[in-house]
Amino acid sequence: MVDLSVNLAGVTLKNPIIPASGAFGYGREFAEIYDLNILGSFSWKGTTAAPRSGNPQPRIAETPGGMLNAVGLQNPGMDAVIREEVPGIAKLFHGPVIANVGGFTLEEYAENCRKLEDVEQAAILEVNISCPNVHAGGKNFGCDPKAAAEVTRAVRTVTKKPVFMKLTPNVTDIAEIARACEAEGADGLCLINTLLGMRIDLNTRRPILANRTGGLSGPAVFPVAVRMVWDVYEAVKIPIIGCGGVDSAETAAEMMLAGAAAVEVGAANLIDPYACKTIIEDLPGVCKRLGVTKISELTGGAHHG
Amino acid sequence: MKQSKFAIVRTHKLTRDVWELVLAGDTSAVTAPGQFVNIALPGRFLRRPISVCNWTADELTLLVKEAGEGTRELVRMAPGTELDVLSGLGNGFDPSKAAGKNTVLVGGGIGIAPLVGLSIRMREQGQTPAVVLGYRSAEESFYQAVFAAWNMDLRIATEDGSIGARGFVTDVLRDFPEDVYVLACGPTPMLRAVHGLPNVTGGQFSFEARMACGFGACVGCSIPTAGGPRRVCKDGPVFQKEEIVW
Repeated sequence: MVDLSVNLAGVTLKNPIIPASGAFGYGREFAEIYDLNILGSFSWKGTTAAPRSGNPQPRIAETPGGMLNAVGLQNPGMDAVIREEVPGIAKLFHGPVIANVGGFTLEEYAENCRKLEDVEQAAILEVNISCPNVHAGGKNFGCDPKAAAEVTRAVRTVTKKPVFMKLTPNVTDIAEIARACEAEGADGLCLINTLLGMRIDLNTRRPILANRTGGLSGPAVFPVAVRMVWDVYEAVKIPIIGCGGVDSAETAAEMMLAGAAAVEVGAANLIDPYACKTIIEDLPGVCKRLGVTKISELTGGAHHG
Repeated sequence: MKQSKFAIVRTHKLTRDVWELVLAGDTSAVTAPGQFVNIALPGRFLRRPISVCNWTADELTLLVKEAGEGTRELVRMAPGTELDVLSGLGNGFDPSKAAGKNTVLVGGGIGIAPLVGLSIRMREQGQTPAVVLGYRSAEESFYQAVFAAWNMDLRIATEDGSIGARGFVTDVLRDFPEDVYVLACGPTPMLRAVHGLPNVTGGQFSFEARMACGFGACVGCSIPTAGGPRRVCKDGPVFQKEEIVW
């Protein structure tokens, strides 16, 4: 019997597999095809204060080994999510939910987190700092250690819930950003968000995406994510949720060996709706093969010896 | 939605870039004409969403246009090849809403595909809609004979006038009397032009969009509607005339 449970800043997940924000909506579509209670947790769709209709079409482009998306943070807004989605989530999933929070100002991040304080299901706040700072010419908070630290401080002061900062890989030194978040009291980190990319249509000679650029995800980004999780694991003591290109129990285990305490699965859900179910079913076998009886023993295993 | 294996029974080239594919498998998830399937292809990350042309208990007919490398490979796969298919996706057309109305099915190019299964089911229910099909040219036309065999009021438009009326489906639709209810599928500019015709007072319009999942999870295919953003894959692909904003 393999113990699949993991701990994220005091929150116990029955296994380390977490559908990533943006690939799983608020859970309803997947609840139609399998029981969500097999999951360790799930990270709901990035939610901002105001409702957002997102970017114009097209928003999706295929790439070698992955895809670009430019959904543009489409979501119904925090109040509507708490009113209309949370009661449904409570019926579908009895475990701890990760509430992904977006924002365009420090005040918005803080306000969104404050609103979640009384939402029991939201066990962990995952703060997406890959959003443009409207007060800094649209530069992403997550691209500047000072701005990342400011967001961490802003949300840290308004919530008692564990705060995990979700880091963008579109930086020179992700470990520097990670340390800045840890120093301001982040309980954990989630990395990586998508990598900025572009495809051009040969017929129209224009970018495929209406937004021109989009976020790359899928197996193509996996080695980048593993490297960044490795770097951040060396730089901080707080737990890391590894995210980026995981599509099997083997790649999940590899992400944990790099330093992840738990693993988010994004694009894989979109091409195989049963991806997370299959990964969870395959994890005990992979643990046996690796000779561990507790999956948490894998975390950071590649750094020792 | 159902994930299952389908085997290619046969493929048949209809025009320069349009093929008919017949697949064998469990079609139980397909419940309405206008729904689509999402097909995984070896070596391609995203599935390919393809409208269901027609279906029986154990076979699907698809019309596939070669739009890129993925579809080019798909139509050239050998009979017997097994495909991983998500079936029964989307809402499809609701022909009961057209009952008792002056109904016209409107298809442009590859958008003609779902009108086949739709015509069959409407005829089974005793409805006899008119059909307007638009093509670029005679050379690029397909499935006319299929519709012609059904004794419906069938009208064709081609851009070069090589068969039927010269022009677009809208040029033909204008000849219909007032209060036309359309069931339409085709490129977005066609849908928009049909939607704006003064004699089209109601109807259902099937949209296409670049998709990732095809089952509502990623919201990659959302379009603005009167009721806010809606997903082409899950809330559509068929939208009611009143819902649509351009």
